[in-house]
Amino acid sequence: MNNLLAKTKGTFQYNFAFIDEGSKREIRRKILKAIAIPGHQVPFASRELPIARGWGTGGLQITMSIIGPDDVLKVIDQGCDGSVNAVSLRNLLVKTTGVRTTFDSREATIIQTRHRIPEIPLKEGQILVYQVPLPEPLRRVEPRETETRRMHGESEYSPLWVSLYEDIVKWQAVSIGASYPCRVNEHYIMAPSPIPKYDINKLNMAENLNLFGAGREKRIYAVPPYTKVEPLQFSDKPFTIEDFSGLSCRRCGARNTFLDEIYDEETGEKYYVCSDTGNCDLLRQKNQEELRDEHDCA
Amino acid sequence: MIAHKREPVLSVRGLSKMYGKGCPSCQTLTGPEFNNNVCPVCSSILALHDISFDLYEGEILGIVGESGSGKSSLVQCLYFDQDATSGEVYLAHYNEGKDNVLNIPASKKRYLRNHLMGMVYQNPVLGLKLNISSGGNIAEKLLAADLYIYEEIRERGKKLLEKTEIPMYYMDEIPKKLSGGMQQRVQIAKALANNPPLLLLDEVTTGLDVSVQARVLDLIKALQQELQISMIVVSHDLGVIRLLTNRTLVLKNGRLVEVGLTDQIMEDPQHAYSQLLVHSML
Ligand SMILES: Nc1ncnc2c1ncn2[C@@H]1O[C@H](COP(=O)(O)OP(=O)(O)OP(=O)(O)O)[C@@H](O)[C@H]1O
Ligand SMILES: [Mg+2]
Ligand SMILES: [Zn+2]
Repeated sequence: MNNLLAKTKGTFQYNFAFIDEGSKREIRRKILKAIAIPGHQVPFASRELPIARGWGTGGLQITMSIIGPDDVLKVIDQGCDGSVNAVSLRNLLVKTTGVRTTFDSREATIIQTRHRIPEIPLKEGQILVYQVPLPEPLRRVEPRETETRRMHGESEYSPLWVSLYEDIVKWQAVSIGASYPCRVNEHYIMAPSPIPKYDINKLNMAENLNLFGAGREKRIYAVPPYTKVEPLQFSDKPFTIEDFSGLSCRRCGARNTFLDEIYDEETGEKYYVCSDTGNCDLLRQKNQEELRDEHDCA
Repeated sequence: MIAHKREPVLSVRGLSKMYGKGCPSCQTLTGPEFNNNVCPVCSSILALHDISFDLYEGEILGIVGESGSGKSSLVQCLYFDQDATSGEVYLAHYNEGKDNVLNIPASKKRYLRNHLMGMVYQNPVLGLKLNISSGGNIAEKLLAADLYIYEEIRERGKKLLEKTEIPMYYMDEIPKKLSGGMQQRVQIAKALANNPPLLLLDEVTTGLDVSVQARVLDLIKALQQELQISMIVVSHDLGVIRLLTNRTLVLKNGRLVEVGLTDQIMEDPQHAYSQLLVHSML
C-alpha cells in the first residue's frame, strides 16, 4: 500500500491521487456501468475535492480514480496546456500521483480536457476524460429531472427534435453550437460536453475510450472505443461544422485545425491561432525541422 | 344508420382505474347507488370500475356523463397517459388484437400512441406546447413516429393545416397567440398527423363560443366521413353526442350504466340516471 501513497511537500500525506481507494472503486464501478451502456448517464456520489465544483471536479474524479503510477498525463483547457485552470488541475494531479506529464497528445495515456478533443486522432489504449458542466441534452426542452430520465428510458426524443425543427424554421439552421446533441450507439442521446461541432465527428467510431464526468450534476457517461456517435440531423438538412476556410494559424500556419480568434492587444488586429496548442507546437517544430533540412541540402 | 363491420378496432374489458391505494370496500361502497366514487373506508377514488365495450371500425362512439364520472380517466387510460389499475385493452391494429396493450412495455406503448392513436385534450395546454409553433407541435407527432426529413415534415404540416381549415400563416405562429377554436384545430391536426386508425376527443368543444363549436363539430364530422377514422368522443354535452355519435356509453360514478344507439338513448333512456340526464337537457 505504501507505493500508493505520494508524499507531498507539507506534512500531510494524501492517498495516491487524493481520493481514498474505497471511493475510487465506487467511481470505477460507475465508469464500468457507463461503458456498458454507451451514452447513458450514470449517477455517482460526487466527492469533495480541494477545487470548487464547476471547475472540472467531475473529470478530475474520473482521472483520479483511473490513474496509475505509470500513466502519462496531459491536461488541457479549451485545447490549451498552459491555461490557468489546466495548470492548476495538472499540478494537483502531479502533486498527488507523481506521474509523468506531456503536452504531446500522442504520448499521453490519459488526457483530461475541457471543451476540446485533440487534433491528432487518439488511439486504442488512450483515455480522454471530459469535464462536463451540463450533462443533460434534454434540459433545453425539459427542466424536470424525473421527466428527462423517463424520456431517455422511453427514447422519447421528439421534443428535442422539435427544437431543431424550430431552429431551422426561424434561422434556416440549427442554432446549437457547443455540446451539440448526439445519438450514441443508435440509442441514447448525449450532450458531448461543450466541445465544438468541429470535434463531434472525431467521436464517431473513435479508437480511444471517452469518459465524461459532471461533478456538480453527479453524472458519469461514456463513449467506448469504436462506438457510433451521430449528431442529430434531418436527412435533408445535414449537420455542419465551424468553417475556417481561408484562415490559418498565425503560429504554425496550419489550415486544417480548429482556430481561436484573437485580437492583437496593440494593433487591435484580428488573427487566428490553433486552439490545440500541443499540436500547434508539434507543427511548428516540424516546420523548423523542414526548414533546417532545406538548409542542409543547400 | 351506418352499417359497421363487425370487427372491433378497440376492445375494452373490465377496465378499472383507482386513484389511491384502494381497499376491499372500494368496489362495494361506491358507484351510482351511493352517488359517489370515493371509498368511505380508504378515501381512494374509484374513477372507473369494470368498464367493457367495443369500438367498431369507422364508428364514432360517445361517452357521456356528469363531471367526475370518469370520462377523461377512461380516454387517458386508453392513451396511456394514466396507468389503468386493471383490465384488458385490445387494438385490432396492434399484433392483430392478440395482446392486452395495458401490459406491453413502455416503448411499445409509445409506439402505439404515436402511430395508432391521436388525442385531443379538453385543455389545449395538455395537448400542445403553447410556446412552440403550431407547425412544431404537429412536427412533434411526426418526429415521434420517426420522420426525420425536414421538408416532408413541412409539407405534411401544411396539408394537415389545410385539412383542419387553419390559415397557413398560423403554421409558424405559437398557439398561445391563437383563439381557443384554433388551438383545438391545431390539436386535431396534430392528432391526425400519422393517420391513426383511432382518435380520442375529450370535450373538444367545451369552452368555445357556440358558433365556433358548431364549426369544430362540422370539421370532426367531415374528417370522419373522409378518413373513416374510428373515434371516441367524450362530452357532457348531449347536443355534441347527438350530433356526432352512433352509439353512446353513459357513465356515472365510474360505472357504465347504459350502452346503446345514441338515438335510442335520447328517445328512450333505460337507466334512471340516463333518464335524468336526457330529461334535464330537454
Ligand atoms: N390525477 C388524478 N388524481 C386523483 N384523482 C383524479 C385524478 N384525475 C381524476 N381524478 C378523479 O377521478 C374522478 C374522475 O375524474 P375524470 O376527470 O375522469 O372525470 P370526468 O368525467 O372527465 O369529469 P369532467 O366532466 O369534469 O371532465 C374524479 O373524482 C376526479 O376527481
Ligand atoms: Mg374530463
Ligand atoms: Zn497552429
